[in-house]
Amino acid sequence: MSFLTTLMNGEQQLFRPNTLTPMQKMILRFVVIGLVYYAFAVFEGMIMRVYAVTPVPTVEPQQYFAIMTAHPLVGIFGSTYSTVFGAFLFLVPFLMKKPLWSIKLANWTCGLIGVGTLTMWSAGFVSEYAPLYTLYWPLPADFTQFSIWGGTFFIVGIAIIMVGTIFFVLNIFKTITYTPAGWEKQPAGALISSALGWSGIKNLFSKKKEEHLVSLPVAAIARGTVDTALNSVIILFTGVLILVYMVAALLGHDLKHSAIDALLYKNWFWWGLDLVADGLVLIFVAGTWYLLATLITGKKLFMENIARGALLIELVVSWTVWSHHLMSDQAQPGILKVVSGEMVTAFELITQGLAFFITLVTLWSARPLKMTHPLKFLLGGLLGFALAVPAGIMQADLGLNRILHNTQWIVGPHVHVAILVGLTMTLYSAIYLLFPIVTNGAKLYSDKLATFHFWAHLLGGIGMGAFMGMAGLNGMLRRSLYLNGEFNIYMILAALSGSLLLIAFLAFFFNIVMSVGVKGVIGIFTPSKLDTKDPLPIQA
Amino acid sequence: MKGERPMVDSNMVLAGQTAAYTLYVLVMIALMARFAYKVTKEEEPKEMRPAIFYSFVGFLVVLGVSLHIITYNTIPWAPLDLNRANIQADKVFEIQVADHKFLLPSEKLMIKVGEKVLFKVTSADLTYGFGLFRSDNSMVFQMQVMPGHMNDILWHFDRPGIYSIRSTEYSGPAGVGMLLKDVVEVSSDHTSHE
Repeated sequence: MSFLTTLMNGEQQLFRPNTLTPMQKMILRFVVIGLVYYAFAVFEGMIMRVYAVTPVPTVEPQQYFAIMTAHPLVGIFGSTYSTVFGAFLFLVPFLMKKPLWSIKLANWTCGLIGVGTLTMWSAGFVSEYAPLYTLYWPLPADFTQFSIWGGTFFIVGIAIIMVGTIFFVLNIFKTITYTPAGWEKQPAGALISSALGWSGIKNLFSKKKEEHLVSLPVAAIARGTVDTALNSVIILFTGVLILVYMVAALLGHDLKHSAIDALLYKNWFWWGLDLVADGLVLIFVAGTWYLLATLITGKKLFMENIARGALLIELVVSWTVWSHHLMSDQAQPGILKVVSGEMVTAFELITQGLAFFITLVTLWSARPLKMTHPLKFLLGGLLGFALAVPAGIMQADLGLNRILHNTQWIVGPHVHVAILVGLTMTLYSAIYLLFPIVTNGAKLYSDKLATFHFWAHLLGGIGMGAFMGMAGLNGMLRRSLYLNGEFNIYMILAALSGSLLLIAFLAFFFNIVMSVGVKGVIGIFTPSKLDTKDPLPIQA
Repeated sequence: MKGERPMVDSNMVLAGQTAAYTLYVLVMIALMARFAYKVTKEEEPKEMRPAIFYSFVGFLVVLGVSLHIITYNTIPWAPLDLNRANIQADKVFEIQVADHKFLLPSEKLMIKVGEKVLFKVTSADLTYGFGLFRSDNSMVFQMQVMPGHMNDILWHFDRPGIYSIRSTEYSGPAGVGMLLKDVVEVSSDHTSHE
């Protein structure tokens, strides 16, 4: 088959969009949008890596910081939320063997996240709105530095994403608890109790073990979704607060910044942000590891009740851990720094360590395993968190934080290794595993490209994190500009590692497009011809 | 102080951290590589004993707790910071930050070796950072500077040096150049600067 034919119709023309159910189309739309925004984030990342070596003449510092503002939001909301929400809206009904509560609402979630991210990104790009994702008060309302209109559209974009997120939350919990038409009445209370972990906790202390009404991956999704809901409320409220200042300024009123206490605001906002970084990400990832391990091995999960209990502990930890972001804020009470910042944060070493151990033992119990793409990416994801979580525990220490806060150490070995190696490789594992299922048997264009994708991504991610970390240990700050090449050795090596990540993504993207074809990608966005609520076609 | 051994400083702590974390990363990568190799090999299946699992949990608990106990007892500024309200400073510098500029009480901040110095920094508008850096750009310490609150840090200077002040927090593009070079001088000469 010629290259052009494969490009248009996919590998061996095996991907036929007209055979897809509405559920399959829904998840594929989410994944396409997630990958497009991942491309945004990777290119933005490369611009910043180059800029850290030498400022690009065509990019003014304000534009650079606008990119730095949009980059994590596009990466987390536009890319990761899209991919994860799509996967979970497919997997919860798939695993529970009941229809999704509303496919229409799921498509709305997909559209709102796509449109909201584009609105936010465009506003930042055009107006150079650059308060960074941390939005430290009163910077987002500093109209001497930033455009009011740009800021308004930026915040509206985030609000649209949050509305889509709340639709996702509603859909997940309704799917777990509702009774589909023609079904026997479902025990909603018992289902939610199982999903949130009470049955798991009771089983730990009871001789008579109750049967779990929902599987462990569904329980993980439900618990992570609790944090997703709380985070949406916090971000929406904060957005409204900032919008009040913006609208007042547009109407000619200059509201006093001092009306908002900066320390209270910072506590509030970090409490919400940590529901993502130290909450739903860790819970969703642990749940995904368990699902992948059981699907890859076909075996029961090792220590399942402990795993369920650990997920519940992680949920509570995620509500009480935020103060590690305020260890360098001297007005923050010392008791919060020690209890929330140090001690509760150390629990993440335990909860994530348990998930790591349980997943590895489950895989080990099924030896010999074939080193498939899902398995190798899963191992990469496990390694990513094994490296990034201890780096985070170190910086959440009163002594070390004094010399690490806001350095490249935070954003290198901790944030980027966690997200790029830990989280993204876990997601790639899920994508490679689910690809033949959700495409009704489409074939991957090239296994060699997938293997190249793995190695380039793994080495690029770890390398970039390592060199950023070395710069941080030598004093390089994460949100400053160094114009005289002070840290160039590390920044050149980090940029080379970053380019490996870019090449890895391009290889993956090319491989996927060649697998499903351009016509296939377009077909994903046309309405399904099948009138069914089942996740998969009956013959599949 | 003459005859007194210098305290542990940030360079020493960071060298220790670099060695420990690098070793950990290399061991972890080697273990994962070995796991990836062995998991594809046919071997007599053996059940994992729960005792190994619970030992691992215990190890994580000990590791998580001991890190903070060790650093509290070996990094001198950790207890100094938590107890700073009860410690008498030898010198106090009040510094204001406004409109992306540091306003120092004098052109240079002169400190004698051995002094405990309290830096009290206030912001009139945005959130900034306040950090001392050596001439090779390595960090001595930093803190956040939040508007509407007193931001103070007590530091024991136990060796001579010349340091720059840099904002360690982003305060918008206008704050990129918040650097005062060589404005803090710690001298062992007790007579020449005051």
